[in-house]
Amino acid sequence: MLTLTSPVKTWAHGLPAAVKLTALCGATIGLFALNSPLPLATAALAAVLLMLSGGAIFAKTALRHLRPLWPFVLIVALWHLWSRDLSGGAVVILRMLTAVTLANFVTMTTRLSDMITVLERLARPLSAFGLSPRTLALAVALVIRFIPVMQDRAEQISQSWRARSARRAGWRVLMPATLAALDDAEHVAEALRARGGSA
Amino acid sequence: MEKNLTHIALFAALIAVLGLVPKIDLATGVPITAQSLGIMLCGTVLGARNGALAVLLFLFLTIAGLPLLAGGRGGFAVLASPTVGYIIGFPIAAFVTGWITSAWKVEVGVAATVGAILGGILLLNAIGVVGMSFMLEKTLPEAALLAAPYLIGDTIKAVLAGLVTQAIARARPAALLSRA
Repeated sequence: MLTLTSPVKTWAHGLPAAVKLTALCGATIGLFALNSPLPLATAALAAVLLMLSGGAIFAKTALRHLRPLWPFVLIVALWHLWSRDLSGGAVVILRMLTAVTLANFVTMTTRLSDMITVLERLARPLSAFGLSPRTLALAVALVIRFIPVMQDRAEQISQSWRARSARRAGWRVLMPATLAALDDAEHVAEALRARGGSA
Repeated sequence: MEKNLTHIALFAALIAVLGLVPKIDLATGVPITAQSLGIMLCGTVLGARNGALAVLLFLFLTIAGLPLLAGGRGGFAVLASPTVGYIIGFPIAAFVTGWITSAWKVEVGVAATVGAILGGILLLNAIGVVGMSFMLEKTLPEAALLAAPYLIGDTIKAVLAGLVTQAIARARPAALLSRA
């Protein structure tokens, strides 16, 4: 499956994931402590330079990852134009774009497996509540394995619908797809039990 | 034990697959997809605890860097974006939806629909609105305006969640962990 990790190697790919995550936490807290446009604009500029340090293609991908934010930028900009509070609007928009850009930088420069390892380590205290690290690792593997399987299944179901009807399947796929997920879960549970169980 | 684990994992995958269903974007950029339907189904089918765990597992993988959130979003950016309230609200919504489905001993389809409306729509949007209000520095009513356009689609999804749960109760009664 496609991950968000950038195939363009940058200098930051070599840094340990835990270091990058700690830095990201610190930087994000810092961003929310800043409340005037000028320091936030400086931070935004730093984030842009950070992205550009990965090269043009890397920076372009980073820009594309910001696209889901444009409606928020537009609404906040219009709102603050209307209420004539330009510096307040600049603070919100700059902070939002910078925080998301920095988070994307960490995600784009860290391999999925490294990130999962760090997050699993963070989840280790949960073993006190009965969530053993092995169970979590098995669950993660199952999800990654089953997303493409279920996608194929949903596609098959809607194709067989189309073979029988001129109309689009739409929500009618939902019911058989959910049933298929339940049946798969049942089969995998049996297979796990046959191999000695998960506990 | 194995059964709980595989149901949690498979429903986490179901949320992801439902998020990949073609979407329509509304003005505020939060795309309308079947993803929130997946959150509701986790609660109505798996029950409170397992449903919430399935959603948490889905979020674990999303935040780790898989673009599983509707619109191909993922990574730590989802926690820094204005929609962070919805991310935090997802597992809570699944828990409450599941709790109502399990605890309210009426026809399962009815309990599931009502649970999905209370947990998956009202509660989820309340948390989502608080998040947007904080991230965008707007008052709660102003942030609520941004969420309002989605309520119609959400209501349709809650009814669908009820219908699917009812159908599962008929086709696979043993698989309906929320009423086990």
